[in-house]
Formats: sequence, C-alpha cells, structure tokens
Amino acid sequence: MLASLVGFLGDFDKAEDAAQEAFAIAAERWPASGVPPNPGGWLTTTARNRAIDRIRRERTLAEKIRLLPAPEAVIDEFDDTVIKDERLELIFTCCHPALPLDGQVALTLRALGGLETAEIARAFLVSEETMKRRLSRAKVKIKAAGIPFAVPGAQLLPDRLDAVLAVIYLIYNEGYSGRVDLAAEAIRLGGMLTALMPDEPEAHGLLALMMIHHARRRARFSGEDLVLLGDQDRSLWDHEQIAAGRAELDRAVARGGRGAYVIQAAIASLQTAGSIDWPQVAEMYRRLADLTGSPVVELNRAVAVAQAGDPAAALAAVERLDLDGYLYLHSTRGELLRRLGRHDEARAAYRRALELAASAPERRFLTRRLEEL
Amino acid sequence: MQYALMFYAEPGYAEALPEAERAEVRADFAALVDDPRCVASAQLQPVETATCVRVAGGRTLMTDGPFADTKEVLGGICLIEAANLDEAIELAAHVPTARFGGVVEVRPVVPR
Repeated sequence: MLASLVGFLGDFDKAEDAAQEAFAIAAERWPASGVPPNPGGWLTTTARNRAIDRIRRERTLAEKIRLLPAPEAVIDEFDDTVIKDERLELIFTCCHPALPLDGQVALTLRALGGLETAEIARAFLVSEETMKRRLSRAKVKIKAAGIPFAVPGAQLLPDRLDAVLAVIYLIYNEGYSGRVDLAAEAIRLGGMLTALMPDEPEAHGLLALMMIHHARRRARFSGEDLVLLGDQDRSLWDHEQIAAGRAELDRAVARGGRGAYVIQAAIASLQTAGSIDWPQVAEMYRRLADLTGSPVVELNRAVAVAQAGDPAAALAAVERLDLDGYLYLHSTRGELLRRLGRHDEARAAYRRALELAASAPERRFLTRRLEEL
Repeated sequence: MQYALMFYAEPGYAEALPEAERAEVRADFAALVDDPRCVASAQLQPVETATCVRVAGGRTLMTDGPFADTKEVLGGICLIEAANLDEAIELAAHVPTARFGGVVEVRPVVPR
C-alpha cells in the first residue's frame, strides 16, 4: 500500500502521513461498522483521498497568500478495487546508485521492510538521530535530484538489478542485529524480489544463497567460537530452509543463471550434502574466481582442492596469492603445511596468523591449532 | 528539470589523444551543444586564465588561479533540461570527459 501511495504522491513523507491517517480512521470506524470486504483497497482509497484533500487545501492556502503553487499531484479517477503493485518501482528507487549506499540500505529497510527507524538504527549500531538524518538525506536527494519512481528500462536494468541485489545482500551480511533479525528481513526482501521478477536468475540465486547459509546459523557458533563446516552439528541445521534454498537454486539454474550469486548458492548447496563433492566445489570456486578476480575466492578454491585430496597443488595456489595482511591466508598455509608434514613451517604460518588475529575467538582458534601441531 | 553538468578533467587530456579519438571528442561535444536538451554551454579556458575574487572590508581582493588547486580542473559547463535524473545521467555519460578519466558532476538547478 505504501508503494502505491509513494507512486501516486511522488513523496515518501506525504505517503507515510496519508497511510497513518487512513489507519487511524479505520481504527475508529471498523470496530463499529465492521471490516470492509476489501480492507487493503479501502485503506489505499482512503489514504489517497486524504492526501488529495490535503494537497487541495495547501494549494488554496498558497494561492491565497500568493506563494508559488505546490507541486502538481495528478488527480485522476482510479479504480477502487485495483491497487497497483508498485513495490518493484519502490525497490529500484530505494536502491538507486545515485543515493549513498547507507541511505539505500536504510531506505529499503524503512520503505520495503517496514522497519521502524529506531530498529534500523539498533541494527547498524548508530543513534536514532543518525539514522533519521540518513533517511532524510536519501529522501531529499530523491526529490531534489529527480530520481524517477520507475522500473529501469531494459538497457539500464542489468546494472540496476545488480545494485538491488547488492543492497539486499548487504542487509543480510552487515546488520549486527540484537533484537532485529536483519538476515531474516533480507531473505524476506529477496523473496519479494523473486515474486516480482520471477524470470531473473540472479534474484533466485541470491535468495538461494541466503536461505542455505541462514539455515546453518545455529550450528555455526559454539558460544563465541566459530565452528568449521566439517565439525558442525547437522541436527541444528534448518533442513526445510535448505530444501527451500535448493529449490530456488534450481529455479535460478533453469533460467540460465551463472552469475556470482548462483555460483555461491551452488557452493553452499554442495556443502550441505552428506558427503561433500570437493572437486565440484573447487570447480565452482574456479568459476567464481574467473568472474570476480578475487584472491579470497581463489584461496577458498585452494582449500577445496586440498579437501579433494591434493594439498600440494593447494599450497602452490596459495603461494601465488598476494594477501599478506589476511589472517586466513596464513592459517590456510599453516594447515596445508601441516598436511604435507612440514611442521616447522606450519608453526611459523600459524604464528603469523596469530599476529593478525583481531578477536578473542580468532586467537583461541589459532592457538589451539598451534598446540595441536 | 534543469541540471548543471560540470566537466572535471586533467588539463590537456584531449590533446594527448590520438587524432581519431580527438575527432570523436570534438564530435561528441558538438552533439551535446546541438542537443535540444542543452540549454546553455561553455567551454572554459585553461585554469591559468582564472582569477578568484573576494570582497572583504569593502575592498575587492583578487588572486591568480582557480578556486581549487586540484589535478582535475573544471573545463566546461552545460545546463540541460531533462525529465529526471536518469535522463541527465545518460547525457552526462556521453560527455567525453567521463570516459577519458574525468568526472562529470550532475546537480539539479534551483528552480526560479
């Protein structure tokens, strides 16, 4: 409903005000008169009517005191029963690359996630004032700079869709929750996107990736310590969510998906198998490395190669990487050297990793590895 | 909506290009000027010709040179009429400055 109001009014704040007025009227009237047969339609119609009244009053006042006229709102006859679903327009507007990224994230959560400003602030560990300003800045820019409320045309769509997917994935990864489960919110938004754009393979890929990853969250930590995939208690996995994620992956592949999210989802899916097909995982990482050129992805490929039974080849790949400041490069080197029986070098690698460790759980993990040598 | 397009680039970037690309640059700027959406435009002379003016204590003070002493300098400006930001961005993307290492700043104009 908010989406169609924003589309109609071209203004977030006016849309929110109108929606609130409509809800207030419903709360007053419905207990006595009963809930109307199409409550959504009633609310939207009422909200639009209130907004139109307000605009008319403002314009009359402006004319009376000879100010510049308020911006035109197109007041046309509309069908009471058909609420145009403009959530897709809203998603692309909130995630427009001309907005600062933190504004895109905040606005998406506020306008599409329906989260309160205070909740969003808590999730990103900032004050409510800061988040209010962030939201306000984004809304002001949309209006002042003329960011259109529209689904981008075919030429712009691929890049713009990438931007939307990136925002949803950021929400999945970056929110530091607490009482707000941003991962679940990201999955909900991902589901909304696949429902609105069912033919887009990467949308299904992203949803698959998030679902399969999220399904393993209860097994991922033991207290504060990270539990490696191989050691995880699989009974703590949400197997229904894994199945749902796999179904999304199938949809992505059926639509020709071969982008970064689809590949990562495929890797996540492979890793939930009873007996992991490591050569296939390595192959997936190779494709991802080709696509992204990321040395961290290449590092993961090397790990898969080692798990598939060739630690020497894995070590060779790792030594080619330029990731000296990355803790996991050294911890991986350490593990590979250990498997090749080169214990002194392994210890040196783990000690280097310890120097880079930034948190107590990381230090505990690496110290244990050192002791096991 | 009116937008100002401001072209920032390293001085002499166009002169450093091979002739074929220099011709492309000239053609693209000409196309921009001829575009009905371009309301006004001006190519600026080099920053060495600039003067900065301030008024303080009733006196007019001037210094030689541009406002900001940066690697990329303001080389030209264009006022365009566009339906929305996406259209303005599309025009900006065709300005040669943008694809030869420079930046085109797009900013809406305060309506009068």
